[in-house]
Amino acid sequence: MAQLEPPTAQRGYQILSSRDLDAQTLEVAMGPHHPSTHGVFRMDVVLDGETVTKLKPVFGYLHRNHEKIAENTSWIGSMPYTDRLDYFCSLTSNWAYALSVEKLCGITVPERAEYLRVILAELTRLANHACLAGFFVNDLGAMGTPLLYALREREKILDLFEWISGARMMCNFMRFGGCRNDAPEGWLAATRKLVAHFPSFLDEYDRLLTGNEIILARTQGIGILSSALAIDSAMSGPCLRASGVNYDIRKVDAYGIYNRFNFRVPLGDHGDCYDRMMLRLLEMRESLSILEQALKEIPEGSVQNSAVKIRNFKPPKGECYGRIETPKGELGFFLISDGGTSPYRYRIRPPSFINLTVLEDMCLGQKLADAVTILGSIDIVLGEVDR
Amino acid sequence: MEISDPQEMEGLRSELQKAGVFVTTMEFIYNWGRSSSIWPLQFGLACCAIEMICTAGARFDLARFGAEVFRPSPRQADLMIVSGTVTKKMAPQVVRLYNQMPEPKYVITMGACAISGGPFKQGYNVLKGVDRFIPVDVHIPGCPPRPEALIHALVTLQKKISAQTTLPREQGDVSNRAYDKGDQHYPVPQLGAHDIVPPFNPEVWHPEPVRRDS
Repeated sequence: MAQLEPPTAQRGYQILSSRDLDAQTLEVAMGPHHPSTHGVFRMDVVLDGETVTKLKPVFGYLHRNHEKIAENTSWIGSMPYTDRLDYFCSLTSNWAYALSVEKLCGITVPERAEYLRVILAELTRLANHACLAGFFVNDLGAMGTPLLYALREREKILDLFEWISGARMMCNFMRFGGCRNDAPEGWLAATRKLVAHFPSFLDEYDRLLTGNEIILARTQGIGILSSALAIDSAMSGPCLRASGVNYDIRKVDAYGIYNRFNFRVPLGDHGDCYDRMMLRLLEMRESLSILEQALKEIPEGSVQNSAVKIRNFKPPKGECYGRIETPKGELGFFLISDGGTSPYRYRIRPPSFINLTVLEDMCLGQKLADAVTILGSIDIVLGEVDR
Repeated sequence: MEISDPQEMEGLRSELQKAGVFVTTMEFIYNWGRSSSIWPLQFGLACCAIEMICTAGARFDLARFGAEVFRPSPRQADLMIVSGTVTKKMAPQVVRLYNQMPEPKYVITMGACAISGGPFKQGYNVLKGVDRFIPVDVHIPGCPPRPEALIHALVTLQKKISAQTTLPREQGDVSNRAYDKGDQHYPVPQLGAHDIVPPFNPEVWHPEPVRRDS
């Protein structure tokens, strides 16, 4: 049998040898228009057969100049833009920004506003994690059904957001030193009702997903992230905790009033896709317990520190970094004030973007279909990645 | 006999229906089918895409209007819902996807960003309206528009489709033809040294000149 001539490199494709057979590798650009890249994200994947040998994330397709616009507007003027940062969780983005500015100026927040913030942030976490699990199994091929269940529950939470803030998604609700308005009459009772009802949805979801044979086969042992690499690459949020690192900013910083609540931080064992998904399901149960406590203890009173000026708001000169635990991880704002009406520097530390840096490490040696699973399990939102 | 008035046509049709005769035109049936089974392109750009997903979800249920079959491939899609901010990096891909769609094809711009750049208009990387490069049929204002608004846009588009003619160019009114774009490909903008080149397509975009009364 004649020896096969190795194919010559053409058009800049690098040819890698594959075990005994000299074969050409295939370069696939997944995205920016692709149903499972969660928006306008592109992965340039080099494939040897179906195995990923190289993966390069390409982003910037949704770079909307958030930071530059914020440096040219008033301090409060960039609050609506933080809504559009992580458009699944507008209220936690609001809170992160408000918290940073409060830290910069030393503003105190009234008790009731702190409770409202916790309630809204945990509701956001419920909505985000429920949808994430839905989108994740959608990527695995469960077209629609689990996602529809999650969207049904998300709509109930969005109704509460709309009732309190006037908007379904872009709530623009937090202010420096409090919240924009108090909870309308009946809102807290409706939230209690939702919190009481939510566990039955979680049980249903658990029954549907947890023991599912296909999900187990597709996610267990896929995309393993070691705790050392997770720490080295500055991962945060559920992806970090799924690798077994006990780091939750709600516990570490105890920002707001989180030290008053009794909740556990679920941790993963293996750091694979299954752990990352299950961790979110467990976190939802802990969020429910925080919500129950907060709804029980919420005091009466004002929701806005009346000493804070709305117009002509000028923080003192200085810089600060404020951060909170959003559903995706550590969202931080680094702000430099020169004493003027707009920030001198406004820098965002987005969790999705930094969690995305280990995508190649997790995908190497896996199949292409698993790369989609791994991307889905990181939980990215392109508004936050590209900003 | 030639009836040109649509109202008169409708009256005649209902008279005949009472007698058990159903009279229609090929065009009516064809447009009815086209408008009742629009297949949108599964194409999410930014925040508005989440509201688009909600619209397809159980509560708002886009399937009631026959438009729930989101196709990932532009070759199978009739409608492109530009749901979100189009950046200068993304604009070439949006135009390329539009070019790849088969005729007849329609575009809905969803949200302020796709219409004009919206809140991000001052951004250096944001396209100030996707109608600079592709023809748009329905605009939905809002940031993001509610799912009801998207449904309204779809119904508006259905009306627009029903009014179109599918007759050959030689017959009938040719000003509102469904198949008018032919194999025409819109030029795909590219990132140049300073901005995207060309900055707009003059064939598509001719805004009213701004008049300022001094």
